[in-house]
Amino acid sequence: MQNIQDLEKILNSELNTKIKSSLIKHNQIYLKIGETDLTEVILFLKTNSKTKFRQLIDITAVDFPENEIRFKLVYLLLSHEFNQRIIIEIDVKEKEIVGSITSIFPAANWMEREVFDMYGIDFKDHPDLRRILTDYGFEGHPLRKDFPLTGHNEVRYSHETKKVIYEPVKLEQNYRNFDYESPWEGTKYIKEQTKE
Amino acid sequence: MAKETKTLNLNFGPQHPAAHGVLRLILQLDGEIVEKADPHIGLLHRGTEKLIENKTYTQAVPYFDRLDYVAPMNQEHAFALAIEKILKIEVPIRAQYIRVMFCEIGRILSHILNVTTQAMDVGALTPTLWGFEEREILMGFYEKVSGSRLHANYFRAGGVHQDLPKGLDKEIGKFCERFPKIINDLELLLTDNRIFKQRNVDIGVVSKQDALDYSFSGVMLRGSGVPWDLRKSQPYDCYEQFEFKIPVGKNGDCYDRYLCRIEEMKESVNIINQCLANLPVGPIKTDDGKISPPPKKEIKQSMEALIHHFKLYTEGYRVDKDEIYTAVEAPKGEFGVYLISDGSSKPYKCKIRAPGFSHLQAMDYLIKGHMLADVPAVLGSMDIVFGEVDR
Repeated sequence: MQNIQDLEKILNSELNTKIKSSLIKHNQIYLKIGETDLTEVILFLKTNSKTKFRQLIDITAVDFPENEIRFKLVYLLLSHEFNQRIIIEIDVKEKEIVGSITSIFPAANWMEREVFDMYGIDFKDHPDLRRILTDYGFEGHPLRKDFPLTGHNEVRYSHETKKVIYEPVKLEQNYRNFDYESPWEGTKYIKEQTKE
Repeated sequence: MAKETKTLNLNFGPQHPAAHGVLRLILQLDGEIVEKADPHIGLLHRGTEKLIENKTYTQAVPYFDRLDYVAPMNQEHAFALAIEKILKIEVPIRAQYIRVMFCEIGRILSHILNVTTQAMDVGALTPTLWGFEEREILMGFYEKVSGSRLHANYFRAGGVHQDLPKGLDKEIGKFCERFPKIINDLELLLTDNRIFKQRNVDIGVVSKQDALDYSFSGVMLRGSGVPWDLRKSQPYDCYEQFEFKIPVGKNGDCYDRYLCRIEEMKESVNIINQCLANLPVGPIKTDDGKISPPPKKEIKQSMEALIHHFKLYTEGYRVDKDEIYTAVEAPKGEFGVYLISDGSSKPYKCKIRAPGFSHLQAMDYLIKGHMLADVPAVLGSMDIVFGEVDR
């Protein structure tokens, strides 16, 4: 088995201009690269005989609404030969289009569709970029932090029209998000209520 | 004069017994040959990841039971390991043994379900009836240890919720004595069965390279001849203390995957037996009062224990700012949790990597050129459970 430190050194020497930072944590390599280098780096990692990251485990995004560059795209790769895992991160602005890696890993197809569905990040040259997990005709991107937990629409079967209908969400009781972290100061929702 | 032909679009599901859940599969047929398959998933989407972001770490555990609901504890295991690695918690050895034992019970639960329902999809009813009798007993063990037959909510960061009730180890031991005979009976019905072989041999063949490219894991990968099992290659908990073999297939067809599952069940029985033989005594969760709740008896007497109990069940424990990916070998393949914590008591992000998601993605590639009747056989051998595919 190849040593993880050696592997990091190899990556840094072979890809030095493309890597923004690299780090070893929890026995995994965390690599930060530029958005434009993505396909090149992934192709290198897959095909190079010293790395052999031949399996794409997952693609996901993280939303930081307060940051100027809102999203972080994360690619998880696994090398069976060297028994190593690598986590590749790129920063993506809202409405920025990222290159698809479906031509390198066919498995990226649904993973990118999921990221598109959940976060609204577009992929260039994706063969079939449709929503995947949400309902037909769904609006919004549920895993963004500004999407409400309850969603916008609810469905029910209507006896009058004899079909399933969509209506705006009506809650019998307010969703109460208790903030237990500062019990002495009173929770936010009580403060807001007393202000009114 | 050439005869005019037309392709036919067939809507398979979303309510179809052979779809093993709610899968809508749009098939393009030329006669009985499938030309294209387009799976529409998400009919069981519950927004698990979003919900977890809004719950404390302890409250998030039950959501993992509801992913792959035929082997609940294996999922909880991945989540518990992620938190333990960030917080650097030492898990007591007895807890590790109990966790391994119940993960293997989960593996048997899942494989019984898959092997027997696959047999039912291709026309054999008896294995299902025999197999489900055993699942019932195994779910009884789940109930005895956690209070619930399916949604156990048993694993915690730092150990397990409670110790084994008295006598349960003997009962599990008895089951392990008897169960190899049941596997044998199932094999007598299926392994050399002419119809079962005709329906499965050389159906849904996956080459080694394609298995890697399509992110296959678990039996789907091993059936194609890649000897990769996270229990061996990246051992978690105390798996390195056990001796077991990793069955590997040769042809990568549905029949090899069936054989792998049968052999894995035998190995799981073997692991459980080793667990029972060497089960250490001692605590079953970490004694760090900031993470695991105090015993009831202490709460009555100790002020500190009372405070710990109150804080744990209101705010929950805080997890330092970190980011980690942990994976376990679930019955269906690599089940992973990509967790980002921000120092509060709720996860900032929790991505669940479900093995079934990538397996189902390859449906189009696997089924192209096969007959319509092979769709249930291929779907069955992929071992799809929609709880984890749709999340």
